[in-house]
Amino acid sequence: MRRSLFRKNLVTALLLAPATLWLVVFLVLPFVAIAIFSVGERAPEGGYQAALTLAQYANLPARATAFWNTMVLAPAGALACLLVAYPVAYYLALRAPQRWRLILLALIVIPFWTSLLMRTYAWMYILGGRGIPALLAYVGIEDLRLINTPGAVLLGIVYGYLPLMILPIYVSLERLDRRLLEASADLGATPLSTFLGVTLRLSLPGVMTGFSLVMILLLGEYLIPTLLGGGKVFFIGNALVDLFLQSRNWPFGSAIAITLVLVSVVVLIVANRISTRLSGARRVDLI
Amino acid sequence: MTAVPDIEFRAVTKRYGAITAVSGIDLAIPPSAFVALLGPSGCGKTTCLRMIGGFEQPSEGQVLIRGRDMAGTPAYRRPVNMVFQQYALFPHLDVEENISYGLRQARPRLSSREIALRAGEALSMVQLAGYGRRKVHELSGGQQQRVALARALVNKPAVLLLDEPLAALDKKLRTDMQIELQNLQREIGITFVLVTHDQEEALSMSDFVCVMNGGRVVQLGQPSEIYDEPADLFVADFVGKTNLLSGKVAGLSGDLVDVALADGTVISARKRVPLGRGEAVSVSLRPESLSLSAPGGGALKGIVRNRIFLGSTAEYAIEVQGIGSLLAKADHVIGQGNLFKPGEPVAIGFAAGAPLAFPHANNNGTNQREDQHAEILS
Repeated sequence: MRRSLFRKNLVTALLLAPATLWLVVFLVLPFVAIAIFSVGERAPEGGYQAALTLAQYANLPARATAFWNTMVLAPAGALACLLVAYPVAYYLALRAPQRWRLILLALIVIPFWTSLLMRTYAWMYILGGRGIPALLAYVGIEDLRLINTPGAVLLGIVYGYLPLMILPIYVSLERLDRRLLEASADLGATPLSTFLGVTLRLSLPGVMTGFSLVMILLLGEYLIPTLLGGGKVFFIGNALVDLFLQSRNWPFGSAIAITLVLVSVVVLIVANRISTRLSGARRVDLI
Repeated sequence: MTAVPDIEFRAVTKRYGAITAVSGIDLAIPPSAFVALLGPSGCGKTTCLRMIGGFEQPSEGQVLIRGRDMAGTPAYRRPVNMVFQQYALFPHLDVEENISYGLRQARPRLSSREIALRAGEALSMVQLAGYGRRKVHELSGGQQQRVALARALVNKPAVLLLDEPLAALDKKLRTDMQIELQNLQREIGITFVLVTHDQEEALSMSDFVCVMNGGRVVQLGQPSEIYDEPADLFVADFVGKTNLLSGKVAGLSGDLVDVALADGTVISARKRVPLGRGEAVSVSLRPESLSLSAPGGGALKGIVRNRIFLGSTAEYAIEVQGIGSLLAKADHVIGQGNLFKPGEPVAIGFAAGAPLAFPHANNNGTNQREDQHAEILS
């Protein structure tokens, strides 16, 4: 008995070893390093110098704009994604003919086969001076600037993250027992009541999964604001790149990074709480 | 019947693409009755129920509820409520919220006091007082069934629709619920329409049984009528157990026909439809109408192959030379102890009115009969 238990544990340990090693080397150690950096000081020539101070955290307001942009555009982007994604997921799960469903799902996923970088570059040209504005100028609408605006960043965000929002919502709607909708109608609920009281309510775990997934990815977003925001719409990700690579203020960058991680964790916990409460007893773990 | 029927079907046909699920049904369900729609799967019974509920629209014809044509009336405006198969309770709501769901949809709105009061009454009605705050998934199957019943009845529907409500329960609970449903129906006095494929359930619970097959109503009648006077071979075979003996019409005399069985024996049978001399027929003989005795008398002779002793009755599978296996059922009287043993030869007799002859042509029941035998003997 004891031998076989030992063997079982050994097998488990061996199976988990690669992932554990990976996480320790590439997540835990860097995180510890960053945490240590964040209470240190910038060396005169840049980089890190050992110290024990909260000065870097006290200095966070200096990057308030980046935080502000991120804290506004990340939820706004996630919300915009949600508003576009829900009807699509609803159609796919509840309205689309069965034989079209796989094809439509594939069409949603196919853009992932091309790197986000390429696709965002494409948007740069579409929104840029020779893109849509040029077309509009042709019909007499002059001097319209699309690129390098918060709107362009938002558009890029919705475009880039839409599938990540659609899929979890689709899954939760797909799993929805159709007879619950009939039961609701049978009990006198109008279609709107049924949607709000049953469909939406029971798909909230999917909504929260999609929302927190997109939101957390957006908190660390760097590419889209850089390409479509043109340095004017500055995210925390951009601030980090700037601090680590340009001004080489590692401790301050580390303090910002730690703050960002904490914010992400809080977002996750809150989202998880909400969806657990709303979906009744069944616990839904997001990540 | 002068009263307006609670449910009326007028030439109702329902097609799904090329498939006709229900074809040209005319049906009137009288008020305050317990009616069972009985048939094998795919006979259109569930489609009929769903057309009453408003989840399907007839392709042709009209469905009327209390005399009102329901065409264009969506499910949420119909004065009927359904107990769904597997109940379809809302998982995100507790028991009381499930039950008051319909009340909260009512317009003009009901006061929260009235809602609480009526939900409480409904809970007591199904003997679940005190369970209001439980989560649905914390309940047993039988309790969930009661919640589904209360959730439907609390709205005081004109008609209660039940879609295979007992299918998911075990046998003991099923019997209890059958009695409870009957009592509820009498107490409340509204029409219950029950869909089931279980003929025993249909016979035991309902005032009227509507037997369906292939999208049509084959027979509508009281359970004893359906059992004793089946309209055709299908009903005879589907409702209850029966022996089907094939033969040819050898003679006609009024309501009776003489049928020559495969082994040459000629028996007299009643007919339900006109039959011609020489026509191939199936004769239905209920197992309990067969009487067994020691060899010597009787219309047929056979050898006992198997005996299933059931306490109050005993069932015998009897091999009859040239005809096949027959099922016989005999009451067992304590002290009389005269059970036949496997291998024993017996004489088989039956009362004069017992055999019923049906045309052989639309015989689609033979396999089912064999299945039933297999079931009994396994």
